[in-house]
Amino acid sequence: MVVARGDLQQLLDALTAQGYQVLGPRVRDGAIQYDELSSLADLPIGWTDRQDGGFYRLEKRDDEALFGYVVGPSSWKRFLHPPTVTLWRSRRTEEGFELVESPQDPPKYAFFGVRPCELHAISIQDRVFLQGPYVDPIYRSRRAGIFVVAVNCGQAGGTCFCTSMGTGPRARKGFDLALTELLGPERHEFVVEVGSPAGAEILAQVAHRPATPEDRARVAEIEAETSRQMGRQMETAGLKELLYTNLEHPRWEEVASRCLTCANCTMVCPTCFCTTVEDVTDLTGQEAERRRLWDSCFTMEFSYMHGGSVRSSARSRYRQWMTHKLATWQDQFDVIGCVGCGRCITWCPVGIDITQEVAAIRGEPVT
Amino acid sequence: MNTMSAEPIQAVDPMAPRWYRILQRRRENHDTFTLELTPEDGGAPMAFAPGQFNMLYVFGVGEIPISISGDPSQPQRLIHTTRAVGTVTKAMSRLGKGDLLGVRGPFGTSWPLAEAEGKDVVVVTGGIGLAPLRPAIYQLLAQREKYARIVLLYGARTQEDMVFRRELERWSARLDVEIFATVDRATSGWRGNVGVATTLIPHAPFDPDDTIALVCGPEVMMRYTVAALEKRGLEHEQIYISMERNMKCAVGFCGHCQFGPQFICKDGPVFRFDQVRAIFGKWEV
Repeated sequence: MVVARGDLQQLLDALTAQGYQVLGPRVRDGAIQYDELSSLADLPIGWTDRQDGGFYRLEKRDDEALFGYVVGPSSWKRFLHPPTVTLWRSRRTEEGFELVESPQDPPKYAFFGVRPCELHAISIQDRVFLQGPYVDPIYRSRRAGIFVVAVNCGQAGGTCFCTSMGTGPRARKGFDLALTELLGPERHEFVVEVGSPAGAEILAQVAHRPATPEDRARVAEIEAETSRQMGRQMETAGLKELLYTNLEHPRWEEVASRCLTCANCTMVCPTCFCTTVEDVTDLTGQEAERRRLWDSCFTMEFSYMHGGSVRSSARSRYRQWMTHKLATWQDQFDVIGCVGCGRCITWCPVGIDITQEVAAIRGEPVT
Repeated sequence: MNTMSAEPIQAVDPMAPRWYRILQRRRENHDTFTLELTPEDGGAPMAFAPGQFNMLYVFGVGEIPISISGDPSQPQRLIHTTRAVGTVTKAMSRLGKGDLLGVRGPFGTSWPLAEAEGKDVVVVTGGIGLAPLRPAIYQLLAQREKYARIVLLYGARTQEDMVFRRELERWSARLDVEIFATVDRATSGWRGNVGVATTLIPHAPFDPDDTIALVCGPEVMMRYTVAALEKRGLEHEQIYISMERNMKCAVGFCGHCQFGPQFICKDGPVFRFDQVRAIFGKWEV
């Protein structure tokens, strides 16, 4: 199906009418971030981003594209696996303590503008929180009712490598609707693929026409053009074995000499899931609360046990992060923990590049 | 989109503690104490397997993983032994009879007592490492006829640092268990061995071809223990160790306890040594 630019607002309206809180990309603090959308006018219309190692700039485009950029520092993770969440509250009573039921019903989210790599990131976190021996009720309740409007990428960013990871630039599954933006001197339309009955139901409320063979051909061309633009690439063949056999590679020391262990890469990563807990009491000591917060394997506290931190060197912490992401993750969840979105490269203050680190070890393996 | 309707719904929030009341508090040595707990809700006692652990929560202070040190055949008395060394354990050490603790669990893998049937069992441990092994020893002795020799090799800094003195004396009095204790430093009155626990291995009475070894202690101690057991002819498949890491959730979500591909909380804490051999002893894994 094809929806004209002028009719696309109807899609947003239909979602709102169905009770969804619509979230999508917006320009905020000089970057494209995910936040509430009240109309299409909130999108970063006519903006694009330039990205490289440790580098991110928004720039004006010479057209009015709605999705003419790639991913920014925030990801959908912040809505499904929030940075801070209260696990429970407890009150002191005459007899002892009682748990105060706290988890509130999450909003019904519609994610508007999910990139193919991000769809994969969500499916990876599904494995972590829903498919283990335990289910995380917080993630589950937030994840259960989401409506996903995916957007296929019409251009790749300077740190993108989704083609290497097999996660993009076109969405194959995991969406309710998927849009491809068609831009030309005379046209501005969106080819819409339906991925679920819920998607079909919403699309029925939006003015559209059937897609022509020419439209479909254009979608395929866009995918091919975007694939050719990848700013980075990573060879994934034998990656797990490569890292398992190179735990003592001198490159870890070299990267540690640049790494600030600031944890930015883990905060912007759409698949990193680690958390810590914080216990707080009110001033009277009558009520206690347990909170869960995003955490990072780059902190010293992360591996602290009585007597000290297991990973006290930057070398071992970088190695832990990268080896987890690309190797041990495969043993844990049967999938690579990296989707090739490039955020960790862009938002690293010193521009450490995971694709270069893999290439360096691959170039001179010690075993 | 909702694609996981087939997932089983979990009835209980895995992060919500159950309240237990302290029935008794016993001092083991200068910094180690044992708590005996009973569920405040009066509900079913917690069944557990030897080697498993619980997350214990002190109101408003924090939560930590502690192994269960009681008798699995007496689950109505939930028993934990710990050292007062961190914020939470120090707060816990100030609690007494009648106070409440939050408990989540039991979590993790257990000692391979079924696999050990018909074989010699050698337990090698030091200091408070005896705590996660005590449930296994209770069970081995309760089903004594199922095993060949049972040998306990136990080390401590001094005799005053030994935990579970009463049990050690009771077990020593039995003719069907062989206990060898050693201290790093002999204080007055000690007439036994001096040296680390691994020094007991070369002469310990067990048949290397038909033995299961259960090992718990600091990683460096376990490394030397495995080496000494190898020297006696044990294969890695005959050796089990219990690992420890920082832990915030115990259900595989927080990521803190990762040890290479393993999550200590759900894949461990008890591992057959060949499962972790590739990374065990590697620097800062």
